[in-house]
Amino acid sequence: MANTTKIQTHQYDVIVVGAGGAGLRATLGLAAKGLSTACVTKVFPTRSHTVAAQGGISAALGNMGPDDWRWHMYDTVKGSDWLGDQDAIEYMCREAIPAIIELEHYGVPFSRTDEGKIYQRPFGGMTTNYGEGTAQRTCAAADRTGHAILHTLYQQSLRHDARFFIEYFATDLVTDADGNVRGVLAIDMNEGTLHFFRGHAVVLATGGYGRAYFTCTSAHTCTGDGGGMALRAGLPLQDMEFVQFHPTGIYGAGCLITEGVRGEGGFLTNSKGERFMERYAPNAKDLASRDVVSRAMTLEVREGRGVGEHNDHIFLNLQHLGPEVIHERLPGIAESARIFAGVDVSKQPIPVQPTVHYNMGGIPTNIHGEVVQKRGDDREAVVPGLFAIGEAACVSVHGGNRLGSNSLLDLVVFGRAVANRCAELIKPNSPHRDVASDILDRPMQRLEKLRTADGGTPTAQIRLNMQRTMQTDAAVFRTAETLQEGCRKISEIYASFEDVRVTDRSLIWNSDLIETFELSNLLGQAVATMYSAEQRTESRGAHAREDFPERDDTNWMKHTLSWVDDKGAVRFDYRPVHLNTLTDEVKTIPPKKRVY
Amino acid sequence: MVLNEATLKRLRWRCRRGTRELDALLGGWLDADGAQADEATLSAFDELLEQPDPLRWDWLMGNAAPPRADWQEMVDAIRARDRV
Repeated sequence: MANTTKIQTHQYDVIVVGAGGAGLRATLGLAAKGLSTACVTKVFPTRSHTVAAQGGISAALGNMGPDDWRWHMYDTVKGSDWLGDQDAIEYMCREAIPAIIELEHYGVPFSRTDEGKIYQRPFGGMTTNYGEGTAQRTCAAADRTGHAILHTLYQQSLRHDARFFIEYFATDLVTDADGNVRGVLAIDMNEGTLHFFRGHAVVLATGGYGRAYFTCTSAHTCTGDGGGMALRAGLPLQDMEFVQFHPTGIYGAGCLITEGVRGEGGFLTNSKGERFMERYAPNAKDLASRDVVSRAMTLEVREGRGVGEHNDHIFLNLQHLGPEVIHERLPGIAESARIFAGVDVSKQPIPVQPTVHYNMGGIPTNIHGEVVQKRGDDREAVVPGLFAIGEAACVSVHGGNRLGSNSLLDLVVFGRAVANRCAELIKPNSPHRDVASDILDRPMQRLEKLRTADGGTPTAQIRLNMQRTMQTDAAVFRTAETLQEGCRKISEIYASFEDVRVTDRSLIWNSDLIETFELSNLLGQAVATMYSAEQRTESRGAHAREDFPERDDTNWMKHTLSWVDDKGAVRFDYRPVHLNTLTDEVKTIPPKKRVY
Repeated sequence: MVLNEATLKRLRWRCRRGTRELDALLGGWLDADGAQADEATLSAFDELLEQPDPLRWDWLMGNAAPPRADWQEMVDAIRARDRV
């Protein structure tokens, strides 16, 4: 029987939860600044989902021709459909350049040009001269950029004496009566013991919640644990209605075929063999941004021009590139297509469909990664001791739609920003303030409740209900009707969690229990997503309303903030989009219609 | 069997990888063959899970051969099942 009365306490300056690209970049930076740092992670660092980022990381290095961080900023603002905060986007695009140079120095093996510079490839939505030409801005380490970055950052973190607690599952934030975040509660899955990690700051780097959907490119681990923790701590999430569908998931399997394929010359065709993207995006064609391509594919299928037995998907062609280019530039793609689609890409097209890929929404932060909330008239008051970065966060640099190769960038730029901010705020090895003796009561009660949950519905059943509802009713195209139906269903499913059954009562390698914690995190975010989508009566970025097809800047150029209470009730507020830039080295990019 | 039970639980968690693809391939093996496997086979699978992802990915994709016969057997079983 599990011993849940004994809790081991650890004290560090900073606790990082998650060891993907953002968590590792923060951990490395924090440790390098002399702060004692613990990184708590449910899977081994190099097995984080960042490993799946095949395509690359963007920065206006200008290695392949003229480039400018202002052009990168313009593309990102436009890609965000003017929901991104322009000061944050400016910060990310400027800091991209030193951040990449740092990664190179740390030892990331970027692909090279013949002159020995970092090779850069074109990527969807990345242009030169404010939309005129095609930029080559994306740096890659073959098609294993994510893995190379994780491996390098992990090794560097170890060199700087960061402490890793691997295969520890963090269940909840620990907050004091004044709302200060004081640490996290975690289960060591190997020993089956409980741990209170106390820190002057906690950094949530827990990734996205793609697993709320049935068809997604995300690994099993992508359950948005930080978002769930934030909701339970009474904090809002931001812009949850914006869910990106990647145009090219392998049909039926969900496995991702990187946009880099289209960057290298791959193109989409319908059942008539037409390169239909020429009609939807005459300039950018197959390299238009992800939401544009996903919607074009959905329309082609809906109008009867889908391929396959059920006319329900699209072909991605790279046969014309030739085996040499495929082998050299896109080796992983040929392997993936062969094993998951049974296709030889040098001879046949790959069957693909739009697949849930990325959450633009998340825990609202400022450009230092500090979590913000509304307090009185201050809409961006810092939550003391809490940071969020990467897909878990919403800075917002991606706004309504993220551009490919901006996610790895987001991870390293804001991972670095958090380390710098913590170094300003925290004196290394400073003493910890006392905590109340009952500070762990709430998180412990929840842990015990789930560990002993004895209802009638298995975790897997509730999860499947949630995933199917999200897939059907919070899809590429949305209407009031489907969303209202979706809200009703997802609330019922949320309520059904009260009846969850966990069969295994131990704390050791108890996948059933851990998946129940994860489901709880997913459910809160699924509810926030569905209700946020229902209330936003416009189309912007990835949020496409059939009944409100136009962007409505007068009423909706604002961020949605959503709270979900423990009964599943949703409450909304809003935060204005920052149209101001950070410096006077660039002017505000005024809203205009987003066409490619 | 009690020993296997505990091992299976640990392996179940460790089949969680960074990508959906590896989740499916490795988790698929555990679902299909794990419960019937003897201790030596489970221990070989455990060691297979410890290998770096890119290396194992190459084996699973047939680009390279693993250095052990028991790993090759698992790789063959996985490739046979998941090939469409």
